[in-house]
Amino acid sequence: MTPEPLHEVTLTVNHVPHQLRLPARRLLSDALRHDVRLTGTHVGCEHGVCGACTVLLDGQPIRSCLMFAVTADGASITTTEGCLEPDGELGAVQEAFHDCHALQCGFCTPGFITTITAYLETHPNPSEQQAREAIGGNLCRCTGYQNIVAAVLRAAEIKRERSAP
Amino acid sequence: MKPAPFAYLLPSTVDEAAEMLAATGGKVLAGGQSLIPLMSMRLAAPPALVDINRVGGITDIEVGDDAVRVGALVRHAALEAHAPAYDANPLLRRALRHVAHATIRNRGTTVGSIVHADPAGEMPAVLRLLGGSVEAVSQARGRRSIDAADFFVGPLESALGEDEIAVGVVFPRPPAGSGSSWLEISRRRGDYALVGVGAVVTLDSDRNVIGAAVSLISVGATPVHVDVGHVGADSAYDDVDWSGATELVDAAISPEADIHATADYRRHLAQVLTRRALAEATADAAPRVAA
Repeated sequence: MTPEPLHEVTLTVNHVPHQLRLPARRLLSDALRHDVRLTGTHVGCEHGVCGACTVLLDGQPIRSCLMFAVTADGASITTTEGCLEPDGELGAVQEAFHDCHALQCGFCTPGFITTITAYLETHPNPSEQQAREAIGGNLCRCTGYQNIVAAVLRAAEIKRERSAP
Repeated sequence: MKPAPFAYLLPSTVDEAAEMLAATGGKVLAGGQSLIPLMSMRLAAPPALVDINRVGGITDIEVGDDAVRVGALVRHAALEAHAPAYDANPLLRRALRHVAHATIRNRGTTVGSIVHADPAGEMPAVLRLLGGSVEAVSQARGRRSIDAADFFVGPLESALGEDEIAVGVVFPRPPAGSGSSWLEISRRRGDYALVGVGAVVTLDSDRNVIGAAVSLISVGATPVHVDVGHVGADSAYDDVDWSGATELVDAAISPEADIHATADYRRHLAQVLTRRALAEATADAAPRVAA
């Protein structure tokens, strides 16, 4: 068997550039975990249903299990590890998850953190209904979602507090 | 749950992509939101993928007097957010809001979902309802346009040749005085619809019905399109009895049972949603009639 051809791929992950040599079939989720070695991105269903692997591609939430890393060549990726404040403190969404006890086992949490972080950029003051809509594409089997919805609202509040002069 | 190996090709023009497709017998990769899960589950193992994400000239939404033309790399989210496209044809946004989840819509393309030809997909039915067409390019046949009425052949099967690339789709504007609606029921928001119905109703200058049609999803091998114009013909917009339309729809559909719903339940939903969608489209049309 001839070895699979490798492709040069540059991914900027959480502002850090990574030069990788990858087979074309490497999913972005696996590239982040195995090649970039950032294991915050979790792989759940691996066919786009659960939302655990959600990362931001040039700021927009996408399923990293539904993209080949080669297609993302040159892109800027934000994972849950990158959803921090610039000074390294917990990001507003991470802080809100802590405040509201919005996780139990934590497996789904990285997908929620990235999804909500992007959502609040465009919807700084969501209603509870909008908060529910925003997380409609992410599955959690522990919490029953109540505390996650509360965390969306709390994160919006924290963002406002932090941006207040 | 990992895709099988494939040759990866990255063309920069449509012609180059068509050449690669013909040479390799591969598949086109655009958004990948349907193709990649199929590959991960090993239900598909194409020998090559022609990744068109860097191809120029297929990224635009063009809003013309007669139609909205959508290029092959336009993501659902971009079309959904496009204000001129909404003004020209509100049905596009109304249906797009039901396509999977927002995260999937950020990556998935409207043209790709049409080519995927899933009988549960919203945008194939919208294209069929509006009498649209798919623009295809191949090395052997050049460029051709395929009417939506001929495009959907069966579940996940379209009239597109294996060597052809869909470079865009054309959604014609409904006639003046038209209103539209998209309704569907799913077990959870963003899931496949148990049944979905799109409706377009056209009124004349006296606000009497002169045209009406519906397209349904998840009740047949392809989108099921039913012209119901004669049911409401010449009725005033506020006094239409659409019950005849539900009979026509019931005769046209062939729903199947699965883990999510029985065939009878789908029949029931098809009738209820058809009635509601036609009423909503009629109400939507009334204020659009020029005074």
